[in-house]
Amino acid sequence: MRSLQARYTRDRLILIVVIAGTILAALPLTLVLGYALVNGFSSLNWDFFTKGPKPPGELGGGMAPAIVGTLIITGTGLLIATPFGIAAGILLAEYPENKLNPTLRLLSDTLNGMPAVLKGLLAYVLVVKAQGSFSGLSGAVAMAFIMVPIIAKTTESVLKLVPWNIREAGLALGLPRWRVILSLVLPAARAGVVTGLLLATARAAGEAAPLIFTAFGNSLLTYNLLQPMDTLPLRLYAYAISPYEDWHRQAWAAAVVLLGLIVLTSLLARWVTRGR
Amino acid sequence: MMREFKPMASSEMTLDPSLKTRIETRHVTVIYGQKAGVKDVTMPIYANKVTALIGPSGCGKTTFLRSLNRMHDLTPSARVTGEVLLDGINVYAAGVDPVEVRRKIGMVFQKPNPFPTLSIYGNVVAGLRLVGIRKKSLLDEAAERALRQAALWDEVKDRLHAPSMSLSGGQQQRLCIARALAVEPEVLLMDEPTSALDPISTQSIEDLLTELKNHVTIVIVTHNMQQAGRVSDFTGYFLNGEMVEFGPTSLLFTTPKDKRTEAYITGRFG
Ligand SMILES: Nc1ncnc2c1ncn2[C@@H]1O[C@H](COP(=O)(O)OP(=O)(O)OP(=O)(O)O)[C@@H](O)[C@H]1O
Ligand SMILES: [Mg+2]
Repeated sequence: MRSLQARYTRDRLILIVVIAGTILAALPLTLVLGYALVNGFSSLNWDFFTKGPKPPGELGGGMAPAIVGTLIITGTGLLIATPFGIAAGILLAEYPENKLNPTLRLLSDTLNGMPAVLKGLLAYVLVVKAQGSFSGLSGAVAMAFIMVPIIAKTTESVLKLVPWNIREAGLALGLPRWRVILSLVLPAARAGVVTGLLLATARAAGEAAPLIFTAFGNSLLTYNLLQPMDTLPLRLYAYAISPYEDWHRQAWAAAVVLLGLIVLTSLLARWVTRGR
Repeated sequence: MMREFKPMASSEMTLDPSLKTRIETRHVTVIYGQKAGVKDVTMPIYANKVTALIGPSGCGKTTFLRSLNRMHDLTPSARVTGEVLLDGINVYAAGVDPVEVRRKIGMVFQKPNPFPTLSIYGNVVAGLRLVGIRKKSLLDEAAERALRQAALWDEVKDRLHAPSMSLSGGQQQRLCIARALAVEPEVLLMDEPTSALDPISTQSIEDLLTELKNHVTIVIVTHNMQQAGRVSDFTGYFLNGEMVEFGPTSLLFTTPKDKRTEAYITGRFG
């Protein structure tokens, strides 16, 4: 029989390994965040939010087109993704007998696991090719491809949490099933569905890769979805790999704004589900 | 069209010839997976009468009640065989829309189940609003009438727009009764509607049943023998998924034909 002392020692050892592992995993993240915050905040100024990019090599300018573009493209993407994502979630949760569901689930899982770059390619084939030019719209479609499976999954799981007796109560009133789901079950799951929408938004807003050959980027401010559009991740990427000191500075600022937007969305998601 | 019910070879049942059969079940069997919840039940439900279903816990009263308005449709494990004729038409026949069936046959469940996202008022008018009735005066009227019938009006008239979940359990049950009444069903199925109510509310609901009978056919499940005796015209006694005996309440309670019925109603069983 081993002594109590030996067991204590082993317990200690394992604890130390676990703590060390946690620190090792969290360290790079903390460093990147800290570095981005320190560098980014010092580079934030009024121009950053109001001006467009200057030609290469010139000092100053800002990312107004990228900020506007990010909001428009993610917003449009969300508008496109919401009906599809919620509809898929409803089908999966509420119509388990539906013959198309196994296919739908496979499709949703595949889309969920597919690299974002491939979704950009999909949007390129579907929109850019058809339209004949890069556009904000094609970027929004790529964003929607990222959002749909996330929305579908969260919608499905929160709908399954809604007590069964609500559906029975509705049906017993002589209401059709679709009406019961839309007017009685979905509202009971509202907070969860909205959280799914926000999480999907936060997830998509940070993507640059799928936008390279869809939204493409644009140094001029535009609100026209049919024209190429700038976004923060695109501009960040372009500036980060440039040789200019001032652009590096602005890239850090873009990182901070992007982080801020994502944290804000996540906080909003928390707030929606508060007290649950 | 209502149809005459041909009594099931029971000459003792000297029935009033004016009796109309609203629903007639024929060999209704409900199977959950492998296990039968209700076995081969054939019985009439007479129009404008109160029919009570009694029997020990787990004997299949709820299961049978739910077979009448096709509530088992959404339970994947449940299978219903046999026929439920509503005015002569089998509600399980191909081409019959279960939504239409449930619009005619309303239901109050054993456990209160108000819509948690809707207000008290919203719950009562839900069945009307969600089929497209928008006119406020109409909805207000229906809400007040149904809440009064369910003996809840006085308690909630000053907070109609409060959340339904702010009501007590017994109030929630009466809200569910009001909700079922507001759509004016032709048949009302009530699964132990007063088991959570105090004597005064229970009295009001029993009075309501007597009044409703004039234009509604009622089936009520109850564990309370006195209640069955007070409110019902006919009674069916269930045991182990089978209907052991059916007859006019006065006869069934005074001169039961089956030993098991007698044992149950005299309190020696269940
Ligand atoms: N969804 C279900 N799945 C499987 N078995 C079920 C289901 N619902 C009921 N049963 C079974 O069917 C039988 C009849 O149940 P039912 O609920 O109809 O009884 P009841 O007479 O209403 O009882 P109580 O008076 O306690 O409400 C019971 O043995 C029960 O365990
Ligand atoms: Mg029951």
